[in-house]
Amino acid sequence: MQSLVGSLSVLALLGALCAGCSSAPVKSRVPAPSASAAPAPARATIALPASTLSEDQRIIHALNRLGYGPRPGDLERVRQIGLAAYIDRQLYPARVPDDRLETSLQAFPTLTLTVPELLRGFPEPDPKLLAKAQSGEMSQQEIRQIAPLERRPARIAVELQAAKLTRAVLSERQLQEVMVDFWFNHFNVDARKGAVKWMIADYEQTAIRPHALGKFRDLLLATARHPAMLFYLDNWMSTKADLVVRTGPQRGRQMGLNENYAREIMELHTLGVDGGYTQTDVIDVARAFTGWSIDRPRERGTSVFRLAAHDQGQKHILGHTLPPGGGEQDGVRVIEILSRHPSTSRFIATKLARRFVSDDPPPALVERAAKTFRDTDGDLRKVMVTIISSPEFFSAEAYRAKIKSPLEIVASSVRALDGELAPPAPAGGGQPGGGFALAQQVGKLGEPLYQQQPPTGYPDVAEAWVNTGALLNRMNFALGLTANRMPGVGVDLGRVVGSADRRRPERVLDVLLVSVLQGQATAETRSVLAAQLDNPEITRATMDDRTNTDVEKLAALVLGSPEFQRR
Amino acid sequence: MMSCTRRSFMKSGALAMLGLGSVPRFLVRTAYAQGTAARPKILIAVFQRGAVDGLSMAVPHGDPSYYTSRGSIAVARPVAGNAEATVDLDGFFGLHPAMAPLKPLWDDQRLAIVHACGSPDTTRSHFDAQDYMESGTPGVKSTQDGWLARGLSATPSPGVSPFRAVAMGTQLPRCLRGDVGAVAMGAVADFDVKQDMGRKGGGVNARSGFESLYEQGVRDILHGTGRETFDAVKMLKAANPQRFPPANGAQYPRGRLGDSLKQIAQLIKADVGLEVAFADGGGWDTHANQGNERGQLAQRLSEFSQSLAALYRDLGDRMNDVVVLTMSEFGRTVRENGNRGTDHGHATAMLVLGGPVKGGRMVGPWPGLAREQFYEGRDLAVTTDFRHLFAEVAGRHLSVPASAPLFPGFSTNPARYPGVLL
Repeated sequence: MQSLVGSLSVLALLGALCAGCSSAPVKSRVPAPSASAAPAPARATIALPASTLSEDQRIIHALNRLGYGPRPGDLERVRQIGLAAYIDRQLYPARVPDDRLETSLQAFPTLTLTVPELLRGFPEPDPKLLAKAQSGEMSQQEIRQIAPLERRPARIAVELQAAKLTRAVLSERQLQEVMVDFWFNHFNVDARKGAVKWMIADYEQTAIRPHALGKFRDLLLATARHPAMLFYLDNWMSTKADLVVRTGPQRGRQMGLNENYAREIMELHTLGVDGGYTQTDVIDVARAFTGWSIDRPRERGTSVFRLAAHDQGQKHILGHTLPPGGGEQDGVRVIEILSRHPSTSRFIATKLARRFVSDDPPPALVERAAKTFRDTDGDLRKVMVTIISSPEFFSAEAYRAKIKSPLEIVASSVRALDGELAPPAPAGGGQPGGGFALAQQVGKLGEPLYQQQPPTGYPDVAEAWVNTGALLNRMNFALGLTANRMPGVGVDLGRVVGSADRRRPERVLDVLLVSVLQGQATAETRSVLAAQLDNPEITRATMDDRTNTDVEKLAALVLGSPEFQRR
Repeated sequence: MMSCTRRSFMKSGALAMLGLGSVPRFLVRTAYAQGTAARPKILIAVFQRGAVDGLSMAVPHGDPSYYTSRGSIAVARPVAGNAEATVDLDGFFGLHPAMAPLKPLWDDQRLAIVHACGSPDTTRSHFDAQDYMESGTPGVKSTQDGWLARGLSATPSPGVSPFRAVAMGTQLPRCLRGDVGAVAMGAVADFDVKQDMGRKGGGVNARSGFESLYEQGVRDILHGTGRETFDAVKMLKAANPQRFPPANGAQYPRGRLGDSLKQIAQLIKADVGLEVAFADGGGWDTHANQGNERGQLAQRLSEFSQSLAALYRDLGDRMNDVVVLTMSEFGRTVRENGNRGTDHGHATAMLVLGGPVKGGRMVGPWPGLAREQFYEGRDLAVTTDFRHLFAEVAGRHLSVPASAPLFPGFSTNPARYPGVLL
């Protein structure tokens, strides 16, 4: 935990520092999403390769990889418009109407507020007040009347988590949501670090989302300038070496360089750890970014450039020379150098291919995707087209080869059963809504959202998610979901199994296998589940009621089956 | 795709032969509870993720360069009777005052501190350095498994237990990945198919359904893990570790590490056949506002030390079989940075505590804090390769055979062991 006292002193110091220097605000709100600016093609632009998979398997594969899994009826809908046309629309999300989601998101007012608005509207409760609660001088009830839970900063991350699940489950722009998740994880920040909690929603909304299928350079620059990243990786406090504060209460205090962001932008955001940089590059990149800071993180929280903190000397970075006096442009120059470095194209192509194709992505595909990245100056939509239209993407080896992450298993389960999410109760600390209940489950399965402490983000390989404890939690989630025990999450199994006769369990099972696994269960799973139908707990045989299939438990078994853990 | 391992089949077979599924209590009692002689030696590995500042844990207050290199974050020299200053250990080193709960262990000679310990690799990346320390192969990224998993799978076990290796947490750490079937659990209480979640009123047994789903079919990571899961669930249910509350007045602090160690102690007392336990926690990456006797790092060190001290007290005599080894991927810069913090450095300090420890000593040569003694002109140099320390604990405490591929490509010569064990 950041020490409050310590941060405040540095903050006051930076305020003082700023008072004595020319500071220009850095634009924090990003212009209109590039998705809507992109020209919409009249007809499918993507050409799908030949594949040994059946047409239905290809559709299922696309729904599992480019989204959070099929809902009942999705297979038929894509069959109707054609897979290429479906993928095309997903690549241009602004063309896909998403009214139902937009309506649902209105339940989360913090999503669209600016950082200064959030700082004003959701202040940290007075520490003296909390001390009174601890000493028993005031009751929790009284404290909540003065500082209600729904006006505290934690509310922001709660709404963001709930919105993420709501989007994953409901959005028609499935690929966009997958890309936002991918890039947020790539440019990870942690809501629990200091002032990031007021900045994180705006970070996803303005730095990540507009560029998720845009240009990599724009994405990198937007994250570099955003206060959430500046705070999370400490760049806001990094100044030229031995800077001595001249005025204000912190007069005489010495500041200096902080290498944290400089190292991570190369290791994790662009070149990769073997991308060919040295400790000297780290230091000069850190010097280039000195002055990229935040105006009073706990009061205004907007980006600023502080000329007085900037190191105006010459820098040598990866074979490029930045002449002295570059000012704020030094950082922009670094972004350009890193975006165009060949290591970046390979690093990004590898990570995308790992996410969309397989844990060990085929090197030939990675090389083609990297080449597209280089040829198009980092056009992420075009890189995705290279990956999706590759024979490797639609290969038998890739089909159901990825183990679902916790987010993916939770979202795809709810989608498979066509679950409904209730909005949060408006005020008074009532029921926090279905999206939040699901987000808590994702956390329990090992992926607490917006709370990954290391800047690496979450791993994207099976070994990270498959272990005994996690498997048990997945089974328990399936049982809880089908029994309607997730607050605010409604599953109507009657609707899922429809007219299937509950007195004939094998019919119920067939319907479930079609709606949850699109009829793609292995022979083993089908026979194991069929054997379960003799289990009196499934058939619920009683003297009066010979068979009345326990659909809840049967559905949980299907959701907890090995096949459904894969996408 | 990872194929199911040879080991998990062998283990499943052995469990089936012993009839674990039907009479686990029999196995638990006979294999592990015949008195201390039959009890396994236990290693508890604690990973301080984020690179802990070793110079604040074991303060070199006798090295004058320490106070010239650090301004606001130096921990004050020991002053007799002042609990806010460094707690002197040997006239040259002292514990951070927040680590005072560990001083009695030092006085009992049950705590040794290996200073200037770390990796020969030059990386200052958290991710790479943690990976190297857990895989046990600094500089080699292609290693698939972890050093603890390799060590255990090469070591004959006194019993057959799915709980030989347990990591507290929802993800299995890198050091326990491999051919040993390590278990990851967020909490002991959650480790079962929740019987009452299926339907209101409870009593619905879904476990057997899931179990049969994972019993058959292809040999892949999911099915292999599934089979291990159900073996483990049955055994844990029989052993019932939750019947052991903290003993001897031990009080674990609130927080992840305290919770983890409390439950590890329960598993030890329940005799589930635990040989290696793993716990970790973050918050050590103190780039800004690190603090000195008080502050951010002091708070983390306080929780850390109270947790370890509580474990020591809680386990009582059982500590005779237990060694706790703390580790962190690297240390931090000797010089304070521009934000009253420290950046990524090189060597750090590691703690070894428990009954078998030759304690009350600082272990390993001190490289010094003068500029010419620095690694790469800025950091504390490594004088003890972490692999020698880990190899001593694995070989001498867990009886991992010398032939085991503990650290591939590195010869672990016992003559170079730091000598932390009796």
